[in-house]
Amino acid sequence: METLIDIVLLSFLVLTALAVAKMHDLFAVVMLSGIYSLLSASLFLDLDAVDVAFTEASVGAGISTLLFLASLKLVGRYEKRTRYRPMLALGVVLATGTLLIYGTLDMPHFGSPDTPVHQHVAPRYLNDSMAEIGVPNVVTSVLASYRGYDTLGETLVIFTAGIGVTSLLRVSRRTKREEQQRVPADMQQQIILRVVAKWMLPLIMVFALYVQFHGDYGPGGGFQAGVIFAAGVILYTMLYGLSTTQKVFPRKMLELFAALGVLLYGGVGITCLLLGGNFLDYNVLRHDPVHGQHLGILLVELGVGITVASVMIMIFFKFTWRTVKHKYFVK
Amino acid sequence: MIELLLDILSWVLLLSGSFFCLTGGIGLMRFPEFFSRIHAASLTDTLGASLILMGLMLQAGITITLAKLIMILILSLIAGTTASHAMAKAALKSGMCPLDQVDRSQQPEIKAYKDKS
Amino acid sequence: MNLIGLYNYWIVVTLMMIGFYVVIAHENLIKKLVGLSIFQTSVFFFYISTGKIHGATAPILDPKYDLYSNPLPHVLILTAIVVGIATTALGLALVVRIQESYGSIEEYEIQSQDTQDQMESQLEAYGFRKKHDLSIQNLDE
Repeated sequence: METLIDIVLLSFLVLTALAVAKMHDLFAVVMLSGIYSLLSASLFLDLDAVDVAFTEASVGAGISTLLFLASLKLVGRYEKRTRYRPMLALGVVLATGTLLIYGTLDMPHFGSPDTPVHQHVAPRYLNDSMAEIGVPNVVTSVLASYRGYDTLGETLVIFTAGIGVTSLLRVSRRTKREEQQRVPADMQQQIILRVVAKWMLPLIMVFALYVQFHGDYGPGGGFQAGVIFAAGVILYTMLYGLSTTQKVFPRKMLELFAALGVLLYGGVGITCLLLGGNFLDYNVLRHDPVHGQHLGILLVELGVGITVASVMIMIFFKFTWRTVKHKYFVK
Repeated sequence: MIELLLDILSWVLLLSGSFFCLTGGIGLMRFPEFFSRIHAASLTDTLGASLILMGLMLQAGITITLAKLIMILILSLIAGTTASHAMAKAALKSGMCPLDQVDRSQQPEIKAYKDKS
Repeated sequence: MNLIGLYNYWIVVTLMMIGFYVVIAHENLIKKLVGLSIFQTSVFFFYISTGKIHGATAPILDPKYDLYSNPLPHVLILTAIVVGIATTALGLALVVRIQESYGSIEEYEIQSQDTQDQMESQLEAYGFRKKHDLSIQNLDE
């Protein structure tokens, strides 16, 4: 039964990718890429990767589509047709594909438990995780504790992307003075949308907090929670105007919170150093190693969630202020 | 006995839910223009998703999964219908008018949007 | 032969090649970014499908089950997804700035404007004066 779902979803994925390659209307291409992300999230679920499916659905089908649409408003909507036939590119692609398919003939059997992947480190994580860390979700314990240093690097990557977008898309104070009206005029009559968004916003935020703190016992964790929180704020911004939301989330506060999350993560590591252990060795944080691991994972995931939420909101605000600037100052 | 009955009922709900989703997809391809397609897709998708979720609720028994499924059902009812409302409003705003035997392009609301676009 | 496994890997290679083709053959910058994200997601499939075991469950420890899928590829791909969205966001900001500077996001138009600017600055270094004012606004039609 799982095999049938696997085959059908994979075929749909190929059809969607072919449609993305053929279409010239970029709006349709972006929507198709959102559908591609959602199909791949279902496929990840079929392959037993629940955390990855959660992250792909929220990040790929949510934030990525949103950022593409926001930038599509600033550049044109249609792609111009090419003047020549790309034969060399087609030849390179076919040659690489043939070599890769020849390489897959030698791969180990799909789904068998004695492939090289399952040999060295993974049994140790699965067997010893409950005794050493005491958290049922093995992915969270590996992500935040066994491989915590990589996750620190990942948080820094998100922070760097936020800094990069902030420095590329600055908007002057003159533009912000133009956008003084409370609500965009079109949205004032959309009563149904505004009421439903107002109902759903507290539920979205409570769900984000649930995903953040329940990541130890089920799929979830810092990244998914940050993205869901940002999606709630973005929903509110789209219906109530940018100036209204900036009163609650001013620019300085977002930048401060983005840095605060990374500081929390690094601070936990330095505290472990000061208390006598290694960097990011949570065993020394409390009187008992297992309790220390729990506290360490909690603080670290909180830092990741804060950084991801503020950076996603910040990036969306930068793109949207740029559309305001285009409306008033770019002819 | 009661388990067999619940099983049969949940199978009936699941199959009819999938039937409705399938007909919604067929309608999406076969209708001529945007507003009739939205009508087909939103109505049948909401009903189909609700029936599938109710079939799954009968399979779950009285556990925490049942509460989660009820919450998913409420959310999909609210969010799905609001999304199709937003799509129809957006299409009206950009000047599309429904294909009908009555010529609606002179009606005041649609005329206002068409002149603005 | 292991048909379902081979089907899995061949679809991954097909998706990778479609994404690769979109990146190198299409000229619109936003289309290239979408192709890059298709490429990335197909690589994620490859990793996750090496971690699956038949008859196992998700790697959340539970007394009822005793066979779990490998959690290590899941962790690696979680990081990879988030890094992918970070680079996409930065790439989109760059595309917006390119559009404002050059007036278009088609690759050949940007390259021809660059070559033209280069030739003009070389001619000016040799002392030729421009006949008429070639500016960005005049060039983009």
